[in-house]
Amino acid sequence: MAQAIDEFITVGDEIADSAAPSGPIEKRWDERKFSAKLVNPANRRKINVIIVGTGLAGAAAAATMGEAGYNVKTFCYQDSPRRAHSIAAQGGINAAKNYRNDGDSVYRLFYDTVKGGDFRSRESNSYRLAQVSVNIIDQCVAQGVPFAREYGGLLDNRSFGGVQVSRTFYARGQTGQQLLIGAYQALERQIAAGTVEMNTRHEMLDLIVVPDSDGTERARGIIVRDMVSGEIETHTADVVVLATGGYGNVYFLSTNAMGSNVTATWRAHRKGAYFGNPCYTQIHPTCIPVSGEYQSKLTLMSESLRNDGRIWVPKAQGDDRHPTDIPEDERDYYLERIYPSFGNLVPRDIASRAAKYQCDDGKGVGPGGLGVYLDFADAIARMGRKTVEAKYGNLFDMYARITGEDPYSQPMRIYPAVHYVMGGLWVDYDLQSNIKGLFVGGEANFSDQGANRLGASALMQGLADGYFVLPSTLPDYLASHHLEPVTEDHPRVVEARKAVEERVEKLLSINGSRTVDSIHKELGHIMWEYCGMERSEEGLVKAIGLIRDLKNEFWTNVKVTGVNEELNQTLERANRVADFIELGELMCIDALNRAESCGGHFRSESQTEDGEALRHDDEFAYVAAWEYGDDDKKVLHKEPLTYEYIEMKARSYK
Amino acid sequence: MSTTQLKRVPASRSTVAKKYAMAVSGLIMVGYLVLHMYGNLKALQSPEAFNDYAHHLRTIGEPILPHTGLLWIVRVVLLAAVLIHAYCAISLWRRNKKAAGFTGGLGAKRYHSKQNRTGIQRSYASFTMRWGGVTIALFIVFHILNLTTNDIHPGGASDEPYEKLHNSFQYFWVLLSYTVAMIAVGFHLWHGFWSALQTLGQNRSSTRIESNANTAAIVIAAVITIGFLVPPFSIYFFGLGG
Amino acid sequence: MKITVNVWRQKNADAKGAMVTYQLDDVLEDMSFLEMLDVLNETLTLAGEDPVAFDSDCREGICGSCGVVINGIPHGPEVTTTCQLHLRSFKDGDVIDIEPWRASGFPVVKDLVVDRGAFDRIIQAGGYISVNTGSAPEANNLPVPKEDADHAFEAATCIGCGACVAACPNGSAMLFTAAKITHLGLLPQGQPERDSRVLGMVEQHDAEGFGGCTNIGECTTACPKGIPLDVISRLNRDLLGALAAGKA
Repeated sequence: MAQAIDEFITVGDEIADSAAPSGPIEKRWDERKFSAKLVNPANRRKINVIIVGTGLAGAAAAATMGEAGYNVKTFCYQDSPRRAHSIAAQGGINAAKNYRNDGDSVYRLFYDTVKGGDFRSRESNSYRLAQVSVNIIDQCVAQGVPFAREYGGLLDNRSFGGVQVSRTFYARGQTGQQLLIGAYQALERQIAAGTVEMNTRHEMLDLIVVPDSDGTERARGIIVRDMVSGEIETHTADVVVLATGGYGNVYFLSTNAMGSNVTATWRAHRKGAYFGNPCYTQIHPTCIPVSGEYQSKLTLMSESLRNDGRIWVPKAQGDDRHPTDIPEDERDYYLERIYPSFGNLVPRDIASRAAKYQCDDGKGVGPGGLGVYLDFADAIARMGRKTVEAKYGNLFDMYARITGEDPYSQPMRIYPAVHYVMGGLWVDYDLQSNIKGLFVGGEANFSDQGANRLGASALMQGLADGYFVLPSTLPDYLASHHLEPVTEDHPRVVEARKAVEERVEKLLSINGSRTVDSIHKELGHIMWEYCGMERSEEGLVKAIGLIRDLKNEFWTNVKVTGVNEELNQTLERANRVADFIELGELMCIDALNRAESCGGHFRSESQTEDGEALRHDDEFAYVAAWEYGDDDKKVLHKEPLTYEYIEMKARSYK
Repeated sequence: MSTTQLKRVPASRSTVAKKYAMAVSGLIMVGYLVLHMYGNLKALQSPEAFNDYAHHLRTIGEPILPHTGLLWIVRVVLLAAVLIHAYCAISLWRRNKKAAGFTGGLGAKRYHSKQNRTGIQRSYASFTMRWGGVTIALFIVFHILNLTTNDIHPGGASDEPYEKLHNSFQYFWVLLSYTVAMIAVGFHLWHGFWSALQTLGQNRSSTRIESNANTAAIVIAAVITIGFLVPPFSIYFFGLGG
Repeated sequence: MKITVNVWRQKNADAKGAMVTYQLDDVLEDMSFLEMLDVLNETLTLAGEDPVAFDSDCREGICGSCGVVINGIPHGPEVTTTCQLHLRSFKDGDVIDIEPWRASGFPVVKDLVVDRGAFDRIIQAGGYISVNTGSAPEANNLPVPKEDADHAFEAATCIGCGACVAACPNGSAMLFTAAKITHLGLLPQGQPERDSRVLGMVEQHDAEGFGGCTNIGECTTACPKGIPLDVISRLNRDLLGALAAGKA
């Protein structure tokens, strides 16, 4: 074990969250806000803020900073900020409003978040998230977000993700869309007011880091490519915010958007920013299975389906009879059998892994044997087709459209898919990375969710960071340092720009025999196989080797057609895949280092006799913050986690 | 990046404002058509009733108004409505053709696909609004020369309104031209009346087909077309009043 | 199955485009329409040719990135987005024409990619409620009748894909504009800016070069989210009110 690790890892100094306030947890955020320095309103116009990514976190932060009077520049790769992948979130957004009077509170949401994160998140951050959640709802309602309402005209709530209280606000199955449109409209308002300059179809390709007069390295700008003209542009600023989302597409197939990528955060990592907990991956159990090698992405169906659907596989291996021909006593309702008290409602990671085991055992159904049945026959018999239709009609329609099968007359097939990543750039309590002046918000940072995320908490975190946290912490940084302007001919700027140009040239000149997608798919297969739902030391070591070979294959044999000076989607993808390959390697190394099972990371060596996840709090109660190091060895910085308020316990769903 | 941004004009001169003008002028003309049709149907009663009605139109409002005073007021209002309607139509037509991305002058294409050229649900009437409108305009000129000024007088000129009517509709080509024109009016109203109601904010349905405004338009188009065609057909085929 | 596709190829905004025919001998009916284009592009790339540029992102029918005119109909034969269309909606041997959205407000960037920046600028002209972060009152202080909230939601589901413009024989963006007017106009929070919103957005709509609405109704039928036609009637009503109140 130690041998394998030594080959890939150097252990560096421990790090600490130096911005974290102490004192009673419920006062920490207020104290931090009070101690923060402020920028005189008259000076704000002269301060330049760059925000990359315009999903929930980015758009909300840009709008809020624009309202405050800063000079903001935003960038997104889509043709409009309204298309960011935040839009695809279905379920809802949590907030500790306690409108239902069912015992919810900020403290309970905090508790659920820390427990849900399997004791691998910071208490301070999780508490702040719960605290700010109530303001988010107020803000969104004032903006005109059409949340579901009760007949009395007040906001409706539902229970979501297996928690005991109803604290989830929703807008039918399109909550992400409605929240994003709210933030988008606030952003467009600031664009019209001239406080924000929006750059669509612009992709960040590097971070500019420049030492200040004291020699402290600070993020001072970015290099971007105009995706229409191909022009490589330099943008400098006083502070840079990355809100560029998650990197689930490292698996090629995921529920992320086609364009979701790691490039912005990875380029920052290459420039010195630490990457936190890259191996924590949330795999969602109820996705529509892969139907063929041509598949480009996976589609999630709300896990509310597990409330009434029953999950099963045939008892016999390789049973290829039509599901309705398989008699009751030849079916294995495995979740109900193994987890009698929670049954089909066990948490996401357990349901996902259980499905994988069944399929590994040769009992999977559908193309490639990668699927299990989710059966509504009993529900239809019990509640009637009408009720089922009213409750799940839109999901059934979606399933029918994608698969061409009728879920009312035969069971649906489902399989787990990568859905969300808890890892991301390491940040402190202020959401500032170890590179000064580089802030990271939303899914792009690692901070609040720990090793696993509760349902309906991603939207909450994105908006908390964007509307409330960043607009409070950025001014403190900006007021604390007077920075000289950086000009385009600064050696560091020239150097960064030249590196980007050379990389683009290199990609276009290889002219090998493999398409970008074929390499991306291969990377995805490796990641899914060895760094997916279940990871082992042996598999991870193998994967690292495979990825290193693939990296070599990419840089010698990829084929990128066309030129830089035009809209070139192949070039865009090639550039992203190059970074995914390096990230994949780091994910495997992080997974190899973390020889325990926690949340979205399951190591086969670390399980109980019953096959449940086994944490090792004595050894691994820390954040793994990775420094790039060199091509062979990554440097691990540990940030110890301590729990003052919530006692560390093992989960049990038996 | 190239954009097609034009100069911003006040909303009071926007495409929507022009549509209000078209809707209001159109509705004025529809109102006139209903009254006109009512008068025409007098021909079915008797030649005298028709002539009396025509004569009465010239004396309404006397002595406050001079002889034919109201008629001239109506004519002026109608002419204004026609001009406004036509001006807005031509202005929007030119704009819309460009907006739809037609390029390359005569024979320009928007979509090259030869499939689904007739759209998804659009009514035949909606295709005929523009050329139908031109047809109707030309017809109105003919109609005034024929039955108002009687410069065109197949079957003999006359000063008696009914006789003008009766003489003209002995001829199949006259009947045919009126029939074509009335069908054009029918189509124009089918889409136009619905469109006016929607433009003036009176549609509350999610699709055109489901809307009461569309039903109302079909009814009014049918009533006006049939109402106008009954007298000429009666004269031609049954020699009414001969 | 085998299909033939005629695809609009245009190198850049200034170049002249043309339809180009490609043969696909080995596609499956379970493929989505865009996956079929992916397959075409893999073939083209390996042959050293420039792949067909098209926009797509979430491929779940919600982001509004994708959208091409298929056989003359935006998003093709089913009422859904292009990404949710599957080849099982076609037959073996079919010839499929694929073209970009056509409207002077949506200039072609390359092949099937168009510039829909005009939609953002229409929103900038008033498609928002002016509330600064942090100044919002307690959410439940302002009850909204469920019916209004539901209608507002229905209008708010617009994904900004632009199919309405592509379907409209006049290249009008009234359905898009009116959906936002309706969403915000139905909510109590949206009332203070109701007049200025409709004036600003209609002016911007026209300034972008979109055509006028002639109430044909193709937009609603092509809309993958079924934005209802009465939203346009509502916009007309609101503008009339704003003009009558002398707000212009």
